[in-house]
Amino acid sequence: MRAAVIVFPGSNCDRDMAVALKAAGADVSMVWHKDASLPDGVDLVAIPGGFSFGDYLRCGAIAAQSPICKAVVAHADRGGYVLGVCNGFQVLTETGLLPGALMRNANLKFICKPVELKVETSDSAFTEAYKAGDHVVYPVAHHDGNYTVDDTTLGALQGDDRIAFTYAANPNGSVADIAGVLSENRRVLGMMPHPERAVDAGHGGTDGQALFRGLVGQLAKA
Amino acid sequence: MKARVHVMLKNGVLDPQGEAVRHALGSLGFDGVEGVRQGKIIELDLADGTSEATINEMCDKLLANTVIESYQVEVL
Repeated sequence: MRAAVIVFPGSNCDRDMAVALKAAGADVSMVWHKDASLPDGVDLVAIPGGFSFGDYLRCGAIAAQSPICKAVVAHADRGGYVLGVCNGFQVLTETGLLPGALMRNANLKFICKPVELKVETSDSAFTEAYKAGDHVVYPVAHHDGNYTVDDTTLGALQGDDRIAFTYAANPNGSVADIAGVLSENRRVLGMMPHPERAVDAGHGGTDGQALFRGLVGQLAKA
Repeated sequence: MKARVHVMLKNGVLDPQGEAVRHALGSLGFDGVEGVRQGKIIELDLADGTSEATINEMCDKLLANTVIESYQVEVL
């Protein structure tokens, strides 16, 4: 299973993401934002956390216009898998691959702590290793994680079982406690919490391992 | 030519930063500030003859996120 981790100026979770994917058995390459194409045979594109382009204009807005993002959108349009974490989630909403937008946290604070999440669906390659209703702990570290979406789209997300994770105790004001959402074909996941920062005992928890193992296992079979 | 783009959060989208400014004005003793909305102004220095349609396209593609923001273009 081949994965590509995109690196923007200001990405700071790119290497953590690569370590988590490699530990789960993926063959990982790092791809610079100025590249216009992905390496051949990539199954999964991971867009890491960080502060791409200094969060100028809006978080993820400039990164979404980079040459590599056109290739990422084409990869998703072909049915390829994409995982966006934190700033990566913001980039995915800015490209339009996922609906909604991430606004400033309701309490205006940068929140950096482990949070308890509820797995809302196991019906995706990302969450199939969990059971719906499972509780996991991943860290969050963001200033703009307040997910917002119009009522019609929220209804569609709920009706189509596309909410992947919710917060047990909402830290940022996101609508319907949403922490992560899936695309219509369930192959693009964007989430604010960091599963890649919960894969080693040294991280203080290993709840994220199942996400990467499940994902790599599913894609290796395909 | 120059153009000025005003970007604001759409009506109905909660603006936590505007709310914080409103509270701060109240604590400075300014009574009666019932609402504050915070947006941004982007000034563009453009080649003469750039059409308003092109500027709107710039707004739709990059300058504003139309999921949550609205914009107004003012050609100067």
